[in-house]
Amino acid sequence: MDWGFIFERSFSAMIGPEVVVYAMAAVGLNVHFGYTGLMNFGQVGFMAAGAYGVGVTVFWLEWNFWVGILFSFVYVAVLALLLGLPTLRLRADYLSLVTIAASETIRLLARSRVMKPYTGGVEGVNQFAGPFYDLSPFELGQFYSFGPFKYLGRDVWVLVVGWTLLILITLMVRQLMRSPWGRTLRAIREDEDAARALGKNAYFFKMQSLLLGGMIGGVAGVIQVIQKASVQADTFNPVITFTIWTILIIGGPGRIWSPIVGSSIYWTLIVFIENTLRQLPPGVRSTLEDTVQLSDFNIAMLRFILVGVGLLLLARFRPQGIFGSREEMALDRR
Amino acid sequence: MTAADATQLIGSDAPIITATGVVKSFGGLRAVDVDKLEIRRNKITALIGPNGAGKTTFFNLLTGFDQVDSGEITLDGAIITGTPPHRLAAKGMVRTFQLTKALAKLSTLENMKLGALQQRGEKFWQALIPGLWSRQEREIEARAEAILQRFNLTHMRDEYAGTMSGGQRKLLEMARALMTDPRVVMLDEPMAGVNPALAQSLLELIKLLPAEGRTVIFVEHNMDVVQEISDWVVVMAEGRIIAQGTPAEIKKNKAVVDAYLGAHHGEDLSKVDLT
Repeated sequence: MDWGFIFERSFSAMIGPEVVVYAMAAVGLNVHFGYTGLMNFGQVGFMAAGAYGVGVTVFWLEWNFWVGILFSFVYVAVLALLLGLPTLRLRADYLSLVTIAASETIRLLARSRVMKPYTGGVEGVNQFAGPFYDLSPFELGQFYSFGPFKYLGRDVWVLVVGWTLLILITLMVRQLMRSPWGRTLRAIREDEDAARALGKNAYFFKMQSLLLGGMIGGVAGVIQVIQKASVQADTFNPVITFTIWTILIIGGPGRIWSPIVGSSIYWTLIVFIENTLRQLPPGVRSTLEDTVQLSDFNIAMLRFILVGVGLLLLARFRPQGIFGSREEMALDRR
Repeated sequence: MTAADATQLIGSDAPIITATGVVKSFGGLRAVDVDKLEIRRNKITALIGPNGAGKTTFFNLLTGFDQVDSGEITLDGAIITGTPPHRLAAKGMVRTFQLTKALAKLSTLENMKLGALQQRGEKFWQALIPGLWSRQEREIEARAEAILQRFNLTHMRDEYAGTMSGGQRKLLEMARALMTDPRVVMLDEPMAGVNPALAQSLLELIKLLPAEGRTVIFVEHNMDVVQEISDWVVVMAEGRIIAQGTPAEIKKNKAVVDAYLGAHHGEDLSKVDLT
């Protein structure tokens, strides 16, 4: 087994592009669920909207890349409004139904034959992120190493911009949540009627929260497609949403650094497990092939199973997540 | 015209709240059917009646948490029928709930500060810049601390509201309601589940409110409480108002005693099915 290689991969995964994208999406979900109590089961829909917002306008409509990015935020905001208007007055469950349905609608529409002239169908959209990489001070095709971390130049550029945005947006959310605005969101999370009785327009605050968290999800989608340099409908499947939930729960909902740390832990584990499984000594490997039918194909699935086991253990021994407080958790049961 | 002007215009003897022809049905059940009710300004009015009399529904209609089928409600002469709760709070009408709604994962102080109206920091863009609201926040905090002191909750200031006892939560809810600086305070069973010692101090606190220019309306089952603090008693049964008067008058009213305490009043309780 090449432990050096396994650790290099795992360390690089710790702060890699996936961590940034998923942490960003989880920051949005944290605004929704962690602070406002909105059950959004379609965060990937906001990511897809952001991704297509820039991909379609830049590649097919030949808009300026930066205008396309601005447009994608407007597009995500409109989507959030459309989802929120009918559902936020209703009980919490309706938002979850509508968001999961909307995210699937976006994906299925984007990959449909009807929309192919605009979205590229299953092949998606490519070649639109050039202007972003033109600004890169790093050689795109060259490898860069920093201590245990090693990335291609293009990824270094994505990481520099992505982490800057992630930290800035996290600090912005922290400031918001420390303000009376954030206090009102948390009050709505605890009891909407109490907030209304005290003069707070709960519907309006929930709409603001949905917009903010959705737009942060949109940023995640934009970063993802820029990094991949392509927009593919099927990368925006519901599993992504639940991965984002997993990340938020690992960190602990309603805590400001949960998305970043949760995302980092999640991706480090996934990459570590996968690379370890791929490099098992021949004896162990053949035993596993005979007993649990391990193969190159189902290693990808096995790593999710192992992460699932980890999540179960977390739920059993630290249900509040890494940053959550047990004391706070206990209040729910009173 | 501001609310204060309206008060002057109408005169301080005018009722602060009126309900005319208010009807609310759930399916075939007429939960509330009130021809006329006037609530007197700066007095304590008790709303009593047996379970299912429609008291809480009527409360919900007055506070905008439920919509009337027909009828009209006014606050200080202005029609408020159909006004949502958060606007009513801004107009000076605040309520508490029968099942206490302490915001468990907010500290006691945060619960209190939430109650303040017109907070600059509640606007999204201003929230981003603490300089725009930190002074107001300090004023709100000072007011919150003064009220906490009065309600004997200062020691709970930084604790989660969820750690409070049932009685303390009742206190907190009323204290939080006062943060809106209301003209009308509506208390839905403020004494339910409160131990006798705490209940007494809660009563004293309620008694102080009219002198501060606040009207109190409360739903209560405990007749001793009603007798002790109310200026006026309104009795509901099956959605209607069957009697109203001073506590002394109500005590003597045969119809009320029958409806409220049951026709079996005075009989051996062991032989009566009280459910």
